[in-house]
Parts: sequence; C-alpha cells; structure tokens
Amino acid sequence: MREHMIKTLVASAAFGLALTGMAYAEPVDDKLVIEGEEGTLELVTSTKAPDHLQEVMDTIYSGWHYREDDTRAMQKDDFDNPAMVFVDRGRDLWNKAIGKNSESCAGCHNGPESMKGLRAVTPRVDAKTGKLMTIENYVDACVTERMGLEAWGWTGDKMKDTLALISMQSRGEVVNVAIDGPAAPFWEKGKEIYYTRFGQLEMSCASCHEENQGLFIRSDHLSQGQINGFPTYRLKDAGILSAQQRFVGCVRDTRAETFKPNSDEFKALELYVASRGNGLSVEGVSVRH
Amino acid sequence: MTRQLMLVTLAAMAAATPAISEIAPTAVAYTEGKISESLTGTPGDPVAGLKVMTTNALGNCVACHVIAALPDVPFQGNIGPALDGVASRYDEAQLRGIVANSKLTFEGTFMPAFYKTDGFVRPGNAYTGKAPEADLPPILTAQQIEDVVAYLVTLKE
Ligand code: HEC
Ligand code: HEC
Ligand code: HEC
Repeated sequence: MREHMIKTLVASAAFGLALTGMAYAEPVDDKLVIEGEEGTLELVTSTKAPDHLQEVMDTIYSGWHYREDDTRAMQKDDFDNPAMVFVDRGRDLWNKAIGKNSESCAGCHNGPESMKGLRAVTPRVDAKTGKLMTIENYVDACVTERMGLEAWGWTGDKMKDTLALISMQSRGEVVNVAIDGPAAPFWEKGKEIYYTRFGQLEMSCASCHEENQGLFIRSDHLSQGQINGFPTYRLKDAGILSAQQRFVGCVRDTRAETFKPNSDEFKALELYVASRGNGLSVEGVSVRH
Repeated sequence: MTRQLMLVTLAAMAAATPAISEIAPTAVAYTEGKISESLTGTPGDPVAGLKVMTTNALGNCVACHVIAALPDVPFQGNIGPALDGVASRYDEAQLRGIVANSKLTFEGTFMPAFYKTDGFVRPGNAYTGKAPEADLPPILTAQQIEDVVAYLVTLKE
C-alpha cells in the first residue's frame, strides 16, 4: 500500500511539468498490456465504433489513449496503479460480517469472482423488476434489503470500493450493454440527454466528446468521454471516481445545474454512454488525470 | 445614518446599478449578428479586455483560441480559429456581436454567448452545479464586453 502511494506522488509531480508545447493530438498510438499478479493481459482500447455510432465516428477509443505517457504507464502495471488500493479495501469489506445479523457479501456470494461479467453488461434492465440497474443499484439492494443496513451513499467510499472490486472481476471482458428491448426507452432518454446543450455555456456531451475530441480545451486533451475505464483513479482528485460522479463534474463545467448521482437522468445517460463503448474492454480500474 | 455610512451606501448603490446608458442583454439590437453601438458608451480598455480573455472564471477565450501574440499565456486551446489578425477579418460591430452572442453570427456554434441571460436549459449558478438563486447575470458585464472588443480590434494582420 505504501509503495502504491509513493509511486502516485512521484507520477503526479512529473505530470505537472509534462504539459508543454501541445498542439492537435491524435489519440496516442499505444497498447495497453497490463502486468498483473496473474500474468499479462492485453486490453482492447480502440476498435470499430458500434453500429449505432457509425454515422458519427468510425473508431472508438478509451480515454486512456488521450492521457500523458506517465498516466498511461501507471495503468500498465497493477503495482503502480493507485486504484488497486481501493480494490483491496473493497475486498476487505466484501469479506467482513457487516450485516445486521452478521451477514457478509461473501457469505451469500462466495468470492468476488462470482461477479465476473456483470460490469460488462451494466447498466441493464433487471428482468424481474423492469428497472434500470447500475452495479450500485444492485449493491444498494443487498445492503439495505438483505443486510438490514442504512443505505451507503451513491458516491461514498464503501460504495466505490465495492464498485472497484466488482468492476475488476470483469477486466478484459468486452463491454456489451443491451440497448434494445426493455432497455430501449432508457437508452433513448440517455441519448437525448447526451445531445442536449445544457447550462449557460450551452454545451452537450457531444459538443466536447464527439465534435471536438482530439482537440485541446485549455490544457485538457478531449477524449471521447468513454466509461469503459470506470471507476477510475483520478490523479487530480487523488481518489476514485464513479462514472456518474464524472458526469456531475462535466455538467457543472457547462455552468449548468447538474443531475444527482443515481437520478433517472444519470442512470439513463450511463447506459447510453456505456453503449458508445460497446466493443472496448472493461479496464477494471483505470488511471486518469 | 452617519455621513460616512451614507456615503458607503451610496457608493454601493452606484456599483450595483448599471449606468443609465448601459444596454441590457435582452435589449441588445443585433443586425445580422452585428452590434453597431457600444453597450455602455464608455470606451473599452484593451488591457482589462486581455485580462478577461485569459482569466478562467471570466472569458477564458484562450480555452478555445490560440492567440500567438500572447506567448506567455500557457495552455491555449485549439478548438476555435486563432484570433491573431481577427480585426482584419471583422469590423468592430461584427466583433462586438460575436463576443456578445456568437450564435447569431455562427449558427449552432460551440462558442458560448457571453452577453445573454435567457433561453438556457438547466442553467446553473456559475460553476457551483446548483440552480441560480436569482436572475442569471450574463457571463461578462457590458463593460467587459467592450473591453474585450477593444483588445480584439488591436489584433490586425
Ligand atoms: C443474504 C444474502 C446476500 C447478501 C448478504 C448479499 N447479497 Fe448480493 N445478492 C443476493 C441475492 C439473492 C441476489 C439476487 C440474485 C438474483 O436475483 O439472481 C444478489 C445480487 C447481487 C448483485 C447483482 C448480481 C447479478 O449478477 O445480478 C450484486 C452486484 C450484489 N448482490 C452485491 C452484493 C454485495 C456487494 C454485498 C455485500 C455488501 C451483497 N451483495 C450481499 C444475496 C445477498
Ligand atoms: C466543455 C467540455 C465538456 C463537456 C460539455 C463534457 N465534458 Fe466530459 N470531459 C471534459 C474534459 C476536459 C475531460 C477530461 C479529458 C477527457 O477525458 O476528455 C472530460 C472527461 C470525461 C470523461 C472521462 C473519460 C475518461 O476516460 O477518463 C467522461 C466519462 C465524460 N467526460 C463524460 C461526459 C458526459 C457524459 C458529458 C455530458 C453530460 C460530458 N462529459 C460533457 C470536457 C467536457
Ligand atoms: C468553448 C470554446 C470557445 C470559447 C470559450 C470562445 N470561443 Fe470564440 N470561437 C469558438 C469557435 C468554435 C469559433 C468558430 C466559429 C464557428 O463555430 O464556426 C469561434 C470564433 C470566434 C471568433 C471569430 C474568429 C474568426 O476568425 O472567424 C472570434 C472573434 C471569437 N471566437 C472570439 C472569442 C472571444 C473574445 C472569446 C472570449 C470572450 C471566445 N471567442 C471564447 C469557440 C470558443
């Protein structure tokens, strides 16, 4: 753990000096091959755009391609990836008898590996209830209904540590959220939000992440705003961020009144944004700045 | 009320009330995107205009525009055209219109409207992410628009 932290500090300091002499920049041509405890794993970080995006772009890229060399390197080795601390914390929580009657996640679900695949297909419409479910919604149901606990905050530490742990179980799997059938109305709603120009700056997600990706807005190299890498360790915040937390920041930056994490709007938007990344690998926990 | 307190109060009122000659955002007359008259009647100050253009919380024009004439300003974005030579491409009335509400010159443009107070979807209270508590002020004041225009007209080829 200490080792993780030290490397993070060094990398952040170097990062501050790195951004000089910029110009238009294509997503960096690089491969994400991760050194982990179980050997190496190559992730799909760019691929053909899914059918529903064919009219607006040919290729989709993970946000990893738009980051500085140092930041990209941190994600290539689990030992350097500061997000792993949160995965470890999530594992401790998973095994702990925290329920009102001493239930633990492990008691009902066995190891976290039982969650393999879930991150690649969520948000999704739950077959039984017809509700749109994020991973956080599933966790919340177990925490409140099956363990008799007070709800965890949607963006609190416990929720995000657990999210990091669950997401890691699907690392390397290809994002494949359903957009048709019962998901269709949610997806349409998310799409409408994606293209709405919010706030006093009148900007939509598409204004930055579709029409201007690859360009620089002040010092920021605009990516496609993909969420296959979430949750992500953000160097700027020295903490882990869920996708909807990132949305809050982006909407706020348009001088708009944001939506809240777990609002119907952000859940629909998360589904839609996830679908723009269908075909990319789940990165488990990524590193961004 | 003591004399001193009265003076302070008067000064505060003067600061809060726009000058009589100032044109409100909703009353600006655009002709094909142009605004031919000054919004304030007070000549703009190019030095103050430059400050507005390079300050994040104000115009932050350099977030999207390169101004090669300002090599000391770090991290200039490249989303819009470089502003060098812009005064040779547009006259003052056109520039004032572009800064106040560029959408009337470039339909659907990504560039924000800096002197506009209505017609927004979920506007927030500046960068707080919260709903505004009072009427929304424009991003820049009338005088700040004039100051920016005063700087832009110096950018000749
Ligand atoms: C008392 C038993 C119990 C406990 C304790 C419990 N769960 Fe669950 N969990 C379930 C059941 C039952 C389901 C629903 C399975 C289904 O509907 O197919 C479920 C579903 C889930 C799902 C959705 C999985 C999927 O593939 O659809 C997640 C994620 C989840 N639980 C996470 C957790 C976490 C994290 C904890 C600990 C904080 C936890 N659970 C504690 C019983 C439990
Ligand atoms: C004013 C421009 C702007 C707008 C509008 C905007 N963003 Fe962003 N967004 C950024 C910047 C800058 C970053 C950080 C650099 C990057 O990854 O593009 C970012 C990052 C992101 C990321 C993280 C990507 C990664 O891989 O780390 C996501 C996800 C995202 N935005 C989603 C959205 C969504 C959804 C919307 C619409 C609600 C939105 N953004 C609107 C500027 C914007
Ligand atoms: C969010 C990005 C953004 C910001 C911030 C921005 N602009 Fe622009 N600006 C643009 C774009 C994009 C264009 C190109 C117009 C179009 O959409 O065709 C433009 C065009 C212009 C033009 C016309 C240039 C030409 O050669 O045609 C001027 C002048 C201008 N902007 C001035 C400003 C000033 C002054 C500010 C700050 C008060 C500013 N801009 C802030 C994006 C921006």
